[in-house]
Amino acid sequence: MQKWKEKAVKLGLLGASSTSILIVLLIFFYLIKEALPFALDPGLSSLSGSLWAPTSMLKESFGILPLLTGSLLVTAMATIIAIPVGVIAAIYISEIARPAEREVLKPFIELLAALPSVVIGFFGLVVFVPLVKSVFGLSTGLTALTGALLLALMAIPTIISISEDAISSVPSSYKQASLALGASKLETIFKITVPAALSGIVASITLGIGRVIGETMAVLMVTGNAAVVTMNPLTSVRTMTATIAAEMGEVAFGSHHYRALFWVALILLGITFALNILAQKALSKYKLG
Amino acid sequence: MAKKKTEKIVYGVIWFVTYLVVFMVGYIIFDIVIKGLPAISWGFLTQMPAKSGSQGGILPAIVGTFYLVIGTVAIALPLGIASAIYLNEYSKPSTFTRMIRLGISTLAGVPSIVFGLFGMGLFVLALGFGKSILAGSLTLACMVLPTIIVASEEALKAVPDSMREGSLALGATKWQTIYKNVLPYALPGMLTGSILGIGRAAGETAPIIFTVAATLLPRLPRSIFDQVMALPYHLYMLATQMPNQTTIKPMQYGTAFVLLVIVLGVDVVAIIFRSRLRRKNKW
Amino acid sequence: MVMIGNQTPPQIDEPEIEIDVQNLDFYYGKHQALHDICMSVPKGMVTALIGPSGCGKSTFLRTLNRMNDIIGGTRVEGKIVIQSKDIYAPNIDVVMLRKRVGMVFQKPNPFPKSIFENVAYGPRIHGIKNRAQLQEIVERSLVRAAIWDEVKDRLHISGLELSGGQQQRLCIARALAVDPDILLMDEPASALDPRSTQRIEDLIAELRGDYTIVIVTHNMQQAARVSDYTAFFYEGHLIEFGKTERIFTKPNNKQTEDYITGRFG
Repeated sequence: MQKWKEKAVKLGLLGASSTSILIVLLIFFYLIKEALPFALDPGLSSLSGSLWAPTSMLKESFGILPLLTGSLLVTAMATIIAIPVGVIAAIYISEIARPAEREVLKPFIELLAALPSVVIGFFGLVVFVPLVKSVFGLSTGLTALTGALLLALMAIPTIISISEDAISSVPSSYKQASLALGASKLETIFKITVPAALSGIVASITLGIGRVIGETMAVLMVTGNAAVVTMNPLTSVRTMTATIAAEMGEVAFGSHHYRALFWVALILLGITFALNILAQKALSKYKLG
Repeated sequence: MAKKKTEKIVYGVIWFVTYLVVFMVGYIIFDIVIKGLPAISWGFLTQMPAKSGSQGGILPAIVGTFYLVIGTVAIALPLGIASAIYLNEYSKPSTFTRMIRLGISTLAGVPSIVFGLFGMGLFVLALGFGKSILAGSLTLACMVLPTIIVASEEALKAVPDSMREGSLALGATKWQTIYKNVLPYALPGMLTGSILGIGRAAGETAPIIFTVAATLLPRLPRSIFDQVMALPYHLYMLATQMPNQTTIKPMQYGTAFVLLVIVLGVDVVAIIFRSRLRRKNKW
Repeated sequence: MVMIGNQTPPQIDEPEIEIDVQNLDFYYGKHQALHDICMSVPKGMVTALIGPSGCGKSTFLRTLNRMNDIIGGTRVEGKIVIQSKDIYAPNIDVVMLRKRVGMVFQKPNPFPKSIFENVAYGPRIHGIKNRAQLQEIVERSLVRAAIWDEVKDRLHISGLELSGGQQQRLCIARALAVDPDILLMDEPASALDPRSTQRIEDLIAELRGDYTIVIVTHNMQQAARVSDYTAFFYEGHLIEFGKTERIFTKPNNKQTEDYITGRFG
């Protein structure tokens, strides 16, 4: 009787923990199922164009190039801003700040990660958009750069938090050996500590990029949402996430436009999935050694 | 001496960059508190929205967010804790266990808008729940599940093995041991860790746009199959979909402030609780 | 005298055997930690397991109540017969085995519950719900573990608030509360100060006769003081087993002699 109960409990718990796999599979299955018919009609080649005009009265066009470049541009700029800022702040917190200072800084910066993205988007709208507009003398502040600034802000706590963990877990014997050789504290940090923590830092950056590329609300609110192929940071762009959020509510169920949006989602999921695998690889490396 | 000077400059730059981040965090919170606080009144918190949200209160959005959080917790917490118990107490290293772990980390990386599409497809359409509290809560639950599993596993790991051994050596079965001599000590840690994930559920917008959120619904929900308004979506609407942006600024800031108080308030409670716990639990 | 293994036919003056270990091999994965152990533990006596660290004495102790089962990838060959049942036979209920074979660990591990709840934990697990009955068991066990007088007025305080020595006696009381026949002790005094160690040793002497006690210790003097029989383990082999008196005065084996006289380990 008791043995029977033990087995039932174990089975139940096993079932519960399988739901994670189940959900992942269902997500992939559902996205593919809704996207697939598009490959037959109108065909995948129509995704490759450089015009995204899914509701055009003249001719519908589903070129996802502008969405890809939009996401790429915003993500790349956000990454370029967030990496140095995040890593430097992580260095300060783990290696330079006094212990009491560290105890305050870390949770305070982690508050940033807890802010809902719609709040950050709102803040961007009322503060960054006018700022970008006046600094660069533009007609509108709704630009790729504005989006990138917000996204950088959202990636920074991820980068700081994980990098800081990696840097502080570098054995102090390394640092002492370096200091004993007459290296200054700064030389030790940049030549010994940071290289030793590199795989953790790489993981933090990868996870940060993953968060940025999948972020929806903030970019939707501040990038202006013009679907054009551009690498100019001071123009409006439209990212993949923003496209889905803005258009899915209005499409006809089962239409070409509907299925094209699922392709966008599928590509997005593929990118974040690959980034996640990379991050896990880097993380397991740093946890091992 | 040139070297010393360079070092000083480098230290200065590092300090500046770090405190720039701190300043930004402080600025966001300060801005929203300073401009949001004056907009808060009893009426704002307890009235229905009027004139398509440009006047009146935000009561249905507060209530809606509250229901969504309750629904999410009710679904994700038992599931997440059960998963963590299986992974930490029962699973042996195997391909299947690795697959579960890969599933969890993949789930953690899925963009929130993709959860929205998935929820719309599975819960709203395929299962026929319609845009409803149920569909929204299920979608949010999928999203926060990894956070809860990871937090719960941490809490289980923090219970020393000697507690398990001591109980097993007295002839307790494995489940008796877990239920009576592991879970009670891990539960507070599980809850605090999970709260951090739940705060995220309260603030998310993208997953609820297609699964539950109503643009304007000036009444309170009557069942779990009702649509509701939610604070994050309401803020999005106010901030981007309304004319006369200047006149509704107080409404926007007020909504942002309430959302911030809920999300950060929950987090702060969790953090205080956790630090208390750390001091208490010395094995 | 008792020989290594059970090859010798039982003799009239032999004590009754409680635990009979026959050709026991134990593996952690591919690594063999115990080699062909044969040993007969006499009933109601104190048997000490000694040897340098890593010699397998703790592993051996934990095979006796199958605590090694909870580590993945372990394997047992051979037989351990307790009260005429092979405890590794497929139909054996591990729960009932562990109820009969109690264990006290190296580091005192009181549960973060009240003293009362610590001792009542085992009986409750085994289905005793009656409050009066539980109270009776708790008092009896605490008295038996020689800690009753120190805690009788504060049974509601956490077990963690006691001193290390008191915690260990609480753990002994907890083990006694499920009414075992055999008590396994894994270096029960190694984390304690000399005075607390003394009390634990006194307690072992008191329990002797009513319980069959197997104790792992790295402290030779302690083995000599508390035990009737001593087994010397080295690199996973049982080198020598016999009356403590003889092992410490006239060991048959050179390695035993070297270890006891402190030439290694």
